[in-house]
Amino acid sequence: MAGNYKLIGRDFLPPDVYGKVTGQARYAEDFRAEGMLFAKLLVSPMPHGRVRRLDVSRAQRMDGVVAILTPDDVPQVQPGQEPILAREPMYIGEPIAAVAAVDEATAAAAVETIQLDLQLLPFVTDPLDSLRPGGPDANTAGNVYLQGVRRIKWTARDFAAAGDDKLPLGEPAVEWSYGDVEAGFQQAALVLDETFVTQAISHHSMEPRTAMAYWQNGKCYLHASLQSVANAVPGIASLLGIRQEDLVLISENTGGGFGSKAGGYPQLAIPALLSRKAGGRPVMMRVTRLEEFYFGRCRAGFQGRVRIGFRSDGRITALDLYIVQSNGPYSGFGDYTNAAGAVSLVYQPLSMRFRGVSVLTNTPPRSAQRGPGENQIAAAMEPILDKAARQLGIDRVAIRRINAPRHDGRVGADRGPITSSYLPEALDIGAEKFGWEEQKKLSGTRRGSKVTGVGVGMAYHSAGSNGFDGLVVIKPDGKVYIHSGEGNLGTFSYAGTARVVAEVLGVPWEQCEVVWGSTARHLPWTSVQAGSNTSFTMSRAKYAAAVDAKRKLQEIAALDMGGSPDDYEADGGRVFHREDTTRSITFARAASRAIELGGKYSGFELPGDLNPMTVRSAQAVAGTGLVGVARDNLERNGTVPAFGVGFVRVEVDVETGKVDVVDYVGVADCGTVIHPHNLGNQVCGGAVQGFGLALFEKHVYDPQIAWPAARRLYTSKPPTYLDVPLEMRWDAVNQPDPANPIGAKGVGEPLMGAAAAAVACAVADALGGRPFNRIPITPDMVLNAAENRPQSFRPLEVNV
Amino acid sequence: MSEVETLEATQRAISRRAFIKRVIAAGAAVSSANYLFRGSFTGLAPRASAQGVERLISLKVNGMVRRVDVVKQETLAWTLRYKLGLTGTKLGCDRAECGNCTVLIDDVPHYSCSVLTHTVRDREVTTIEGLAGPGGRLHPVQQAFVDELGPQCGFCTPGQIMSTVALLKRNPNPTREEAAEALSGNLCRCGAYHYYLNSVMRAAEYMRG
Ligand code: FES
Ligand code: FES
Repeated sequence: MAGNYKLIGRDFLPPDVYGKVTGQARYAEDFRAEGMLFAKLLVSPMPHGRVRRLDVSRAQRMDGVVAILTPDDVPQVQPGQEPILAREPMYIGEPIAAVAAVDEATAAAAVETIQLDLQLLPFVTDPLDSLRPGGPDANTAGNVYLQGVRRIKWTARDFAAAGDDKLPLGEPAVEWSYGDVEAGFQQAALVLDETFVTQAISHHSMEPRTAMAYWQNGKCYLHASLQSVANAVPGIASLLGIRQEDLVLISENTGGGFGSKAGGYPQLAIPALLSRKAGGRPVMMRVTRLEEFYFGRCRAGFQGRVRIGFRSDGRITALDLYIVQSNGPYSGFGDYTNAAGAVSLVYQPLSMRFRGVSVLTNTPPRSAQRGPGENQIAAAMEPILDKAARQLGIDRVAIRRINAPRHDGRVGADRGPITSSYLPEALDIGAEKFGWEEQKKLSGTRRGSKVTGVGVGMAYHSAGSNGFDGLVVIKPDGKVYIHSGEGNLGTFSYAGTARVVAEVLGVPWEQCEVVWGSTARHLPWTSVQAGSNTSFTMSRAKYAAAVDAKRKLQEIAALDMGGSPDDYEADGGRVFHREDTTRSITFARAASRAIELGGKYSGFELPGDLNPMTVRSAQAVAGTGLVGVARDNLERNGTVPAFGVGFVRVEVDVETGKVDVVDYVGVADCGTVIHPHNLGNQVCGGAVQGFGLALFEKHVYDPQIAWPAARRLYTSKPPTYLDVPLEMRWDAVNQPDPANPIGAKGVGEPLMGAAAAAVACAVADALGGRPFNRIPITPDMVLNAAENRPQSFRPLEVNV
Repeated sequence: MSEVETLEATQRAISRRAFIKRVIAAGAAVSSANYLFRGSFTGLAPRASAQGVERLISLKVNGMVRRVDVVKQETLAWTLRYKLGLTGTKLGCDRAECGNCTVLIDDVPHYSCSVLTHTVRDREVTTIEGLAGPGGRLHPVQQAFVDELGPQCGFCTPGQIMSTVALLKRNPNPTREEAAEALSGNLCRCGAYHYYLNSVMRAAEYMRG
């Protein structure tokens, strides 16, 4: 598609924005149903235990109690898999049983009567404790997760060799390398060896994962808080043990997810199974803020160590990275391997080795969180890069630029290709807009108790895949209905990607309607709305469906008005002959003709390569208009990279330790910009979360009882209005990626990592440049650093 | 060490009793029983029956008098959401931490999750549903939030808008800093603060006409 767009790159108002400002937008807890029951959970008071006795008889006899669910009612799982209800709970707050009653107070009172006898089992919150010889295992089956639970213990010698302040380098679970790492270190003019810690943090989406479910005619209706709709169906159906077509999943609006609601999670099954026991009666399970902390997911923390060799011009010759990840109790997420992939791309080391191990801990389950691995490693690596720049006498932007990938950059152990990289341009644009050359002169200047620091950060996330389906219907009312199976978690990309259909068909946006939010509305098989995926992946799938629809319009025009299909063009809601524009028909007329013609034109004959879900949806709309439906079979040669760059100025109060972020510029390399206004909101919003990662948010545990101390919003401290600059600035490179028909790439995730990295760099910069090697950088750490005192915890201590 | 040995070692280190003691000492109890409301759907739980008596009261909500049965400990957020069908008021924490549930009581913003319904009997309650004019015409503040595309996920938006309406009532001409201060009780996990502040500044313009 040519770059002369009518809609792509222009602002528009997504259809859901009106509901959001009027209160009409409905989230899972806003639905009501006749006879609705309420559910409450019995959750584990222990970090790891075995249920010896679970007596629900008193609850059962209570007035108003309708259904009770215990571990006996849910499928058994393999070690490492997360159960719906746990017989062997592995973290404090893990659901063990659930009660549905006529109201919430009754359900809660019934939960209180349940007799639970739990046998305490070994537990652990610090991965290194579990790796020690004889250390506790979070799961009775082992202490490490890698495609299943296994056991790895390091030797006393491993620990002794490292000493207290360096990460021991015992047996890894994962290892890869490329190039000659030893030779790389020998060529280096400077070698740094740094040990770092990044924290676990909860997603704390504003909407807790409340869900409501009921059964009707053998079908389960589930109102859920999810980022993805179509893509979540297979997982939830299998949790419930039903066919995909027997699940009606409704999720019109989701109050944030950030990775924690990417797909179906086991707790979604609880209200559905309670409802089934209650004869299909609706059950609302309102999830509290505390429960959202317990099972609402969190980001994996790292204990890491990196050796980096630099040439005198700053180019990285060798990089040796080791990451110990706190995995939570179940399969967790591959942050540590993602982090290694990110490092291999963002800095293009001439040689690299990665080793890692993901250790089970009795802490809340992990999932992806915006830039899982990529963002925390950015915040850890970038201040180390600054340290090298200082020692080598190189500008901090320059050292990033010399290492940053061009289009021929490579990623991962197998050095696979990427589709495009405008990371150097993003650095240039950011430096210019921020006024880097001017602002860096302020570094270290003091006004009263406040010292200025400036920083720059870069981050990456892969941003696209392929192979999903698109479905559009042009109806006799002349409107184009764009069926969108993404969720709606606040990025508006479900609507942004739908603009591609309008662009291809040359139809005014006002003539289009986006159909989303419920599988009952016939959704095509769609990518997860996660992993910065939607903009790239679903603009391709929707493009494919639009091209199919356009072809059918052209064929119908040729059939009715003579000539060949290629003689016809679509624009302004009409199909017309290129040479004689009076030979034309409206979309409305073409839709009626498609219904008359039947066959492929109205969805009765379908391509053979569609996903079964798309087939069902297309069959459901067949005969209602002209049906455009296709699988995205476009080429994609390489990883699609999204990059974010952040520039920041902070003021560090050396008397209170407080850090104020006073100026921020974020730049996105997201290919062609689809929706500038909304992209700006993502760049700035991502940065706000990055400030939280760098300065405020963390998990804290009492290691003796694995007790979580930062469970609520006021203790985990996501940034408020008063923690961010009054004005934030942003830009985008806006150069097309060749693997997407409109040149778009996703970008949600690295926008957060770039900001976190820039802030971590800027705080260090204010205090002389020594990296903290730990996030978040809290006021106590700032004060200790400013006064040259040792920190109050050891370099590898976690959850403090 | 075998699994059994490890287990024994752990239990030596910390017996179940000691564990429980520590938990109690930490003031920590795990219960999912916050966010607790009695619905008006059916009967009363035996344990709570003494406090569970509903009384019919009149409330002034969005300019209308609404008769509603409430229990003594019922929060305004619950009454609005579950008795009056006004689900635009969101619950993000139910504990006065997030501001998602902000409504106006006599033009002053309050966290409705932390206000007891019976205390607002003679007062004017305004929710997000009460802002739009006849025929659904958006209130200038709502229009500004649309035009500046303030919301991302939108879950915090009703609260942000209610706080803005209150701010502009008492200060029609706020600086960006004053706006940030006034809205600082409204958390936004999506981090849409910059765009919300743009919305507030534009709303002030619209309100001035
Ligand atoms: S729900 Fe009331 S302040 Fe969070
Ligand atoms: S817009 Fe998502 S929490 Fe504010």
